[in-house]
Amino acid sequence: MKSEQQYIELFQQCRQLLSSQSDVVLDALRDEAFRIFKRIGLPDKKAERYKYTDVQEAFSPNYGLNLNRLQFRINPYDVFKCNVPNMSTLLYFIVNDAFHSKEYPNAKPSGGIIISSLNEAAHLYPDLVSKYYGQIVRKAETPSINSEGGQIIDGEFVPLRKNNEPDAITALNTMLVQDGLFIYVPKNTVSDKAIQVVNVLTSTVDLLVNRRVLVVLEEGAKAKLLFCDESMSDVNMLATQVMEVYAGPSSELELYELEETNMKNKRFSNLYVQQHDKSKVTLNSISLHNGLTRNMTYVSLEGEESVINLYGGVIADKEQHVDNHTLVDHKVPKCVSNELFKYVLDDNSVGAFAGRILVRNDAQKTESQETNANLCVTKTAHMFTQPMLEIYADDVKCNHGATVGQLNEAALFYMRQRGISLDEAKLLLKFAFVGEVIDKVDLEPLRDRLHYLVEKRFRGELNKCSGCRLC
Amino acid sequence: MENLKQEKNKLVREVADRKYEYGFITDVHTDIIEKGLNEDVIRLISARKGEPEWLLDFRLKAYSYWLTQKMPTWPHLQIPEIDYQAISYYADPTAKKKDGPQEIDPELMKTFDKLGIPLEERLALSGTAVDAVMDSVSVKTTFKESLREKGIIFCSISEAVREHPDLVKQYLGSVVPYRDNFFAALNSAVFSDGSFVYVPKGVRCPMELSTYFRINARNTGQFERTLIVADDDSYVSYLEGCTAPMRDENQLHAAIVEIVVNERAEVKYSTVQNWYPGDSEGKGGVYNFVTKRGHLRGADSKLSWTQVETGSAITWKYPSCVLSGNNSQAEFYSVAVTNNYQQADTGTKMIHIGENTKSTIISKGISAGKSHNSYRGLVKIDARADGARNYSSCDSLLLSDTCGAHTFPYIDVKNDTGIVEHEATTSKISEDQLFYCNQRGIPAEEAVGLIVNGYAKDVLNKLPMEFAVEAQKLLSVSLEGSVG
Repeated sequence: MKSEQQYIELFQQCRQLLSSQSDVVLDALRDEAFRIFKRIGLPDKKAERYKYTDVQEAFSPNYGLNLNRLQFRINPYDVFKCNVPNMSTLLYFIVNDAFHSKEYPNAKPSGGIIISSLNEAAHLYPDLVSKYYGQIVRKAETPSINSEGGQIIDGEFVPLRKNNEPDAITALNTMLVQDGLFIYVPKNTVSDKAIQVVNVLTSTVDLLVNRRVLVVLEEGAKAKLLFCDESMSDVNMLATQVMEVYAGPSSELELYELEETNMKNKRFSNLYVQQHDKSKVTLNSISLHNGLTRNMTYVSLEGEESVINLYGGVIADKEQHVDNHTLVDHKVPKCVSNELFKYVLDDNSVGAFAGRILVRNDAQKTESQETNANLCVTKTAHMFTQPMLEIYADDVKCNHGATVGQLNEAALFYMRQRGISLDEAKLLLKFAFVGEVIDKVDLEPLRDRLHYLVEKRFRGELNKCSGCRLC
Repeated sequence: MENLKQEKNKLVREVADRKYEYGFITDVHTDIIEKGLNEDVIRLISARKGEPEWLLDFRLKAYSYWLTQKMPTWPHLQIPEIDYQAISYYADPTAKKKDGPQEIDPELMKTFDKLGIPLEERLALSGTAVDAVMDSVSVKTTFKESLREKGIIFCSISEAVREHPDLVKQYLGSVVPYRDNFFAALNSAVFSDGSFVYVPKGVRCPMELSTYFRINARNTGQFERTLIVADDDSYVSYLEGCTAPMRDENQLHAAIVEIVVNERAEVKYSTVQNWYPGDSEGKGGVYNFVTKRGHLRGADSKLSWTQVETGSAITWKYPSCVLSGNNSQAEFYSVAVTNNYQQADTGTKMIHIGENTKSTIISKGISAGKSHNSYRGLVKIDARADGARNYSSCDSLLLSDTCGAHTFPYIDVKNDTGIVEHEATTSKISEDQLFYCNQRGIPAEEAVGLIVNGYAKDVLNKLPMEFAVEAQKLLSVSLEGSVG
């Protein structure tokens, strides 16, 4: 039996229950998502987009689901002291997929900014949520006619390459999702504090979590978001997350994701970003410690002169697996995209990076730069990289580069000459290597904190952020 | 009035036709077998060529495997459905009419003369031995005798099967097994002629060996097979050229090239591929689906692929290297030009298995008109390949706003001592450069030709002299009409 069968059956059996526990806005898209999921099923390794991560295997165990919305009796504010020194943030928690409703005394957003449970927001602001919920994904999965290679066959546009095929994991998330997070920044509003959201995964049994995040920045809005993924329990957890980001004209968003989960955690995250005129989005994801991670990022540049910076740092060892898959879709002229991903792979870890830059017919004057650099520290670490350019416009400047290599011998020798031990010298070089990604972080306190965490990570002193440690 | 129009059209047609100057058809008696593909056809081909039993078995096994395979859909190509039953798999232009003269038809000799490939040794360019293949049969191989004195075997593969069965049996399918891919299976089942080269130990081949492939007959496919074996300490440089007449329907060309390089041997393989690319409306042209692979078996061996791809309606081709021998080196230099409705998905695979192996990839893509040009490459560093090194550079040049240039590199590294570098750029011709040329009285089209030639120079320099001249001309011709 293929892995998707159990989810198809589960959905059919629990359709009523899902409806009763969630708002109509969330419920409205389930059936369509189910039809898609039933049609395409979960991808196997033959699917080009998933060739580096075995989705069938990840989804084959029998996970429990918290469909009845049982409350976990923990107060994350008590157990977590996850703070970034010298940084005052609005701190929120999501336990599995449920927004923790008890408010932190300091956490009060200003200026009409909404930060709440997605399900509640759908109930309170149905028009606002339904305007965006699922729509960014839908747009991303609709082929645009004649802007890339392809031809019309029997009146239907058949693209040369199927860039817009629906994603099975997004479909699964949409059909089973019950809650998550909603962040809304109104027009010309600037969030003065960074918004920090800690995703806590906890359970006593093996659990599948479907979390949904919707971030909307209206015209001229500015916000900084920090997401931390933590796991608290030593059970097998499978988390799917679909995040939709709408960046209105002239909006600015910085979104940082930090993953510090344990080896039993599997994360499938799909991030869809839609950018409008002159918007600027910076995405920076750091995988510090994890089990199996697959991050898919789709950025659709729909407005002229928008800028996307896409950064990622990965540190993996033991049997860890990190797969980043990105697609930056240049649909209109004069947009800029920068992409930088760096991996350090130790032990038997597997890293994969597939980055596609798609420049459509109309996207003249595009500037795009993609870099992927990787360090394999052991013989058994395995790196796959695939930096791809797909270009249909002629007045563009696009570069990409990828390297896989080791630490510079001359630099090692130089340091040893000056009395630095080999281990310490190696560490310094590795640290500097990943440092390039961390230096892209704009928030200074966070940057310092990340440098500190990365260094500790390389020293093997932590498997988790010390502030978040439960013990 | 009508006359004038006709006259005008004639001129236009002439100009249009000039772009592909090898598009003529040779009127020669050709023995073509019935269209279609089944076991009987394969037995018939094998019987015509008087092949031994083991080769027929090989073909039949390949055929039954092919039946289980589907045409691959992963390339970045739009391939119209191919009816494999509508193709004739064997066409012999050398077949004698029963009452006709018994030597090679002078028409055939003329054809190759016209293509600039004289088959009479006294007329030949000095230092090049030629195997001329038309449709499914090798017409003539020159300088065979003088090569034999050195122990070098250079002949058509059919002849090699007859004269050197042990060598062929040992190496055939050892680099590209029939299970390799869809087209490899098809070729293994129905392959006709191609060249066989064996360079014995310690021999440096004194002249360039070359094969010229030509498709002439209508509704046929060409399925040639080339096998090159360079034994220890030997050297050979091999050239391949191809053309086809202009026909409205598409023609299929699915070839296999296998190269075995033993210890300290060196092989240089250069291709100027100029199959008919179809007209400016995208009608006709050759489908070029080729599997080329070299196996660097011995330590310190060297293999270099150089290709200039200007022809074919659709190109699907990845000359590859398996670097098994320690310290072996492989190179891939490619210029691929697509214009009008041409599509190309081409690149290379470098599979590093031996220690301290090195590979270099230089790929230059030029797209114009409504064409699509993709580079697809794999660099794989195996866990055993300590100290492996790869450098890849892929540049694309865009000459119109309706064409596409794509890069799909795959890098798999399983070793901590390997160093792999890949870089790619995509841009259009610099307006400054064009302006500079214009300013000095060079018209736009010529200027583009100049700039493109400069851009492709890294690769063209790697070609043997005569080929480089031809390739430069080809580049200019292929891009004619792509500016303005």
